[in-house]
Amino acid sequence: MASTIRVRAVAGGDTTQVQSLIQHPMDSGFVKDSKGQIIPPHYIEVVQFEHDGKTVFTAFWGPAVSKDPYLKFSFKGAKKGDDLKVSWADNKGASDSLVAKIQ
Amino acid sequence: MYTRALIRLAIGLSLAGFATSALAASADDFKAAYAKAEAANKQAGAVKNQWTTTADELKKAKTAADAGKFDDAVKLAQHAEALAHASIAQAKEQESAWTQAVVR
Amino acid sequence: MLRKIIVAVAIVVGIAQPLLADNAGSPETDFKMFRDYFKSRFPKVPMNDFVNGPYSMDEGLRKQWKAIEEFPPYEFAVEQGKQMFATPFKNGKTYGDCFANKGIGVRQNYPYFDTKSGQVITLDVALNQCRESNGEKPFDYSKDDMASLTAYMAFTSRGKPMDIKIPNDPRALDAYKKGEQYFYTRRGQLNFSCASCHVQSAGDHIRTEVLAPALGILNAMPIYRSAWGGMGTTSRRLRTCNEQVRGVPLPAEDENYRDVEYYLSYMANGLPVSGPGARP
Repeated sequence: MASTIRVRAVAGGDTTQVQSLIQHPMDSGFVKDSKGQIIPPHYIEVVQFEHDGKTVFTAFWGPAVSKDPYLKFSFKGAKKGDDLKVSWADNKGASDSLVAKIQ
Repeated sequence: MYTRALIRLAIGLSLAGFATSALAASADDFKAAYAKAEAANKQAGAVKNQWTTTADELKKAKTAADAGKFDDAVKLAQHAEALAHASIAQAKEQESAWTQAVVR
Repeated sequence: MLRKIIVAVAIVVGIAQPLLADNAGSPETDFKMFRDYFKSRFPKVPMNDFVNGPYSMDEGLRKQWKAIEEFPPYEFAVEQGKQMFATPFKNGKTYGDCFANKGIGVRQNYPYFDTKSGQVITLDVALNQCRESNGEKPFDYSKDDMASLTAYMAFTSRGKPMDIKIPNDPRALDAYKKGEQYFYTRRGQLNFSCASCHVQSAGDHIRTEVLAPALGILNAMPIYRSAWGGMGTTSRRLRTCNEQVRGVPLPAEDENYRDVEYYLSYMANGLPVSGPGARP
């Protein structure tokens, strides 16, 4: 099964720029379906990026973040060829992770 | 062009107001007015040019009738009928008017 | 002398009339006039850029779009479409079996006029015909499954010039003309035609949105619309546009919609497929 995580990390100089797109409904719990029933809240709570055993970025998300969230950030201390691990966990206990190579 | 339909709509509305002010409307009055409006809207459907506001007005008319407010219900149904007629007039007009807009 | 003047005027008017008779144009002349109009209105926009809709009209929007395209939101739809293409139907056949070149790189040929059935066949309709002829239920034209399929097919055709044909069949020409009529006909209580926004007001704002030019407007379909938080097919967009002018939409892929898609796609001949697209 295809991963829900798409990530692109590019090392330039001493900074690595990371972009990621995560496939997730991110239901806020405030929207009703066509029958008038509330679609239950279903959203990512934590996203974490790890490099060389250390967490380089953590995001605490919630119902305000939209569907299929996109994220972009930079960090120092990595070089081309290193591994970058991305993982997320949502309010229903589901999770996914992916290891990508920094380009 | 569009102004003609607008004038027709305005006349229709003013006549509607005049007609129902004398007597209180009954459930039968509403049924008749609603049927006329629905028939007109169906005609608009036949020329593939119904307006969303016509359906909204019909709904409002039905809600008023369900609440026993037949005066309001009849007025709303007549307004819906006028909207439906305006949409039919628009379609008929546009059948020849559209050529004026073509890029030359 | 007066007689000569009257006759001269009558002759001039008599000759001038056919020139002003707008319905007398052939698709080729319509095509040229349509293109010349947009060229003269937007002389700085490169011809191929019109397919990028509002981004060809507004620099600020274009910058945001370029940023979004670094990680396109329609990627998931393309991926899903690719998987659907690879998955056989219950009878063992695949989508590829219904199309030329296994359905890869053919999107620019749609819609086409089917002389057998006498109607315009859009890509979406062709996909559902494929499903039904292989014992599968058709997809809803406005929903994600159809969007994923067309997103994948559009992606395989990216950059290819639109190649819409009007065969030498009076019914095809009639469908084209009906499409042109639909495009220019005012509808809905707000009394707008497609042209009101996408020809007369192309590049202008409607509330906070920048209006896309009609030239090449379907080249980016299907689109991921940020406003919808999801994908939208051509059917979804046409029906929503109807509602926005307070007109009750027709059923998806109604003859009118197919005809207008035929007309607009023909007008975009030669311009590259840019789909699937991302729009505000």
